[in-house]
Amino acid sequence: MAGELLSVKGLSKSFGEGKILDGIDLSVAKGDVIAILGPSGAGKTTMLRCISFLERADAGDMVFDGVDYDLGGASRKEILEFRRKTGFVFQNFNLFRNRTALGNITEGLITARKMPKADAEEKGMELLRKVGLEDKHGSYPSELSGGQQQRVAIARAMASDPLMIFFDEPTSALDPELTGEVLSVMRQLAEDGMTMLVVTHELGFAKNVSDRVIFMENGSIVEDAPSGKFFSNPEQKRTREFLATFIER
Amino acid sequence: MISERLMGILADSFWNILIPGLTMTIPLTIISFAIAMVIAIITALVQFAGIKVLKEIARFYVWVVRGTPLLVQLFVVFYGLPNIGILIDPFPAAVIVFSINEGAYSAETIRAALEAVPRGQLEAGECVGMTYLQIIRRIVLPQALRIAFPPLSNSLIAMVKDTSLAANITVTEMFMATQRIVARTYEPLALYIEVGLIYLLFCTVLTRLQRIGERRLGAYGG
Repeated sequence: MAGELLSVKGLSKSFGEGKILDGIDLSVAKGDVIAILGPSGAGKTTMLRCISFLERADAGDMVFDGVDYDLGGASRKEILEFRRKTGFVFQNFNLFRNRTALGNITEGLITARKMPKADAEEKGMELLRKVGLEDKHGSYPSELSGGQQQRVAIARAMASDPLMIFFDEPTSALDPELTGEVLSVMRQLAEDGMTMLVVTHELGFAKNVSDRVIFMENGSIVEDAPSGKFFSNPEQKRTREFLATFIER
Repeated sequence: MISERLMGILADSFWNILIPGLTMTIPLTIISFAIAMVIAIITALVQFAGIKVLKEIARFYVWVVRGTPLLVQLFVVFYGLPNIGILIDPFPAAVIVFSINEGAYSAETIRAALEAVPRGQLEAGECVGMTYLQIIRRIVLPQALRIAFPPLSNSLIAMVKDTSLAANITVTEMFMATQRIVARTYEPLALYIEVGLIYLLFCTVLTRLQRIGERRLGAYGG
C-alpha cells in the first residue's frame, strides 16, 4: 500500500492460559486516524502495548517506517529507535511527578535527544500553547486536573515530532466533563495530519474524527472499515450487536 | 536536693561530654550515614533492576548484616581482624561497621521506595525514548528518595544513638566520655541522664531538620 507507515502481521500474546491476542494483522497508512473499539477484555490495550513494546508479544512481525521489527524479540536498541519515532498517551497520563508541565515535555528532548535546554523549553512552550496550557508551564502534575494532565501528556507525546502517536483509552480516567477538552486537542492533532491509533470508548470520536474504525473481540479483529461505513452499514453481525448496545443506552 | 557539688560536676562535665559529641559522635554519624546511603542506593538498585549475580550478592549482604548484632560486628572488625593481620584504628573501624550495617537496613527502605514508584513512570520514560539508566536516575530514583526520606531520617536518628556502641571499641565519643567522668566522680545517675539529654538535644535538631527537608521535598505535592 502506498504511504504505509505501520504494518503488523501475526501478533499473538497470551497471559498464562488465556490467549489475549490471536494473530492480529493490521496496517496503518500515513495520516490515518484509527479508532479501536470493542468490549473490555477484547485485547485492544494489549495490542497497543505490544506494538509499542511495553508488553513483549509471543509472536508477530512489524514494519514501521520501513524498518522490520520482531515484536517478540526486538533488541533494546531497536526498541529505542522505534520509541524515538513514536509517541504514547496513557490512560492514567503517567506524567513524571517530579517534573513540571514544561519539564515533562522537555525531559525526553533533553535526555533522549540531547537537545539544548533552551531549545527544548522553547519547543515545550509552543506545545503547551497548542494544548492551551501555556500558563500552567510551572505547575506540577499534582496541581493539574485530569484533563489538563492528559493535555500535557499529549503535548509530551508530540514533542519528539513523532511519525505516529498511540493513545490508550485517553479519556477513560477522566470525569465526563473533562473529556471534551482532551478530545478537542486530539481532533486538532488529527486535522494537522498526525497518524493516530486510538483505543477508545468514545463513539463520538470514532464517528466524527477517525477515518477508520477497527472493532475487536476476543483477541481478534472482527471488523475494519472506514468510519462512515462502520457506523452506517457494518458487515459483521457482531459489530451491529455491539453498536446496538450503545444506541439502547 | 541537688547539692552544689553535683551542680558543679554537671556543669563541668557538660562541655566534657558535648565536645566529644561534636568531634566524634556527629562526624561518626555523618560520615557513616553518607557512606551507608551510597551502599544502600547501589544495593537497592541492583535488586530493583534485577541484575544477575549482583542481585544475589546484595541479598546475601542484607541477610548477613541484618541477622547479626551491631555489637558483634564491631567486635569482629576491631578485635577480630587483627588476628589475621588487619589492624584498623578505632574511628575508621567504627565508620566501616556503621556504614555497612546501616547500608543494609537503608537498602531495604530504598528498595521498598523504588517499588512504590508507579510502574507507569517507567513506561512513560521509555515512551519518550529515555534509556533505562536515564529513567532511573532522573525519574524513578528522585521519586523513590522522596518517599524514603521520612524512614531514612528515622534511621539517621537511630544511628546517632547507636554510635554510643563505639565506646566498646575505644572510640572516645560522648558515652565513653561520660563513663570516664562517672568513674572519677561516682555520680552515675546524674551523668547518664545528662548524656541522655544531650543525645535528645542532637535528635531534636535532626527532627527539626527532617521537618524542613520534608517541606522542601513536598514542593511538587502528592
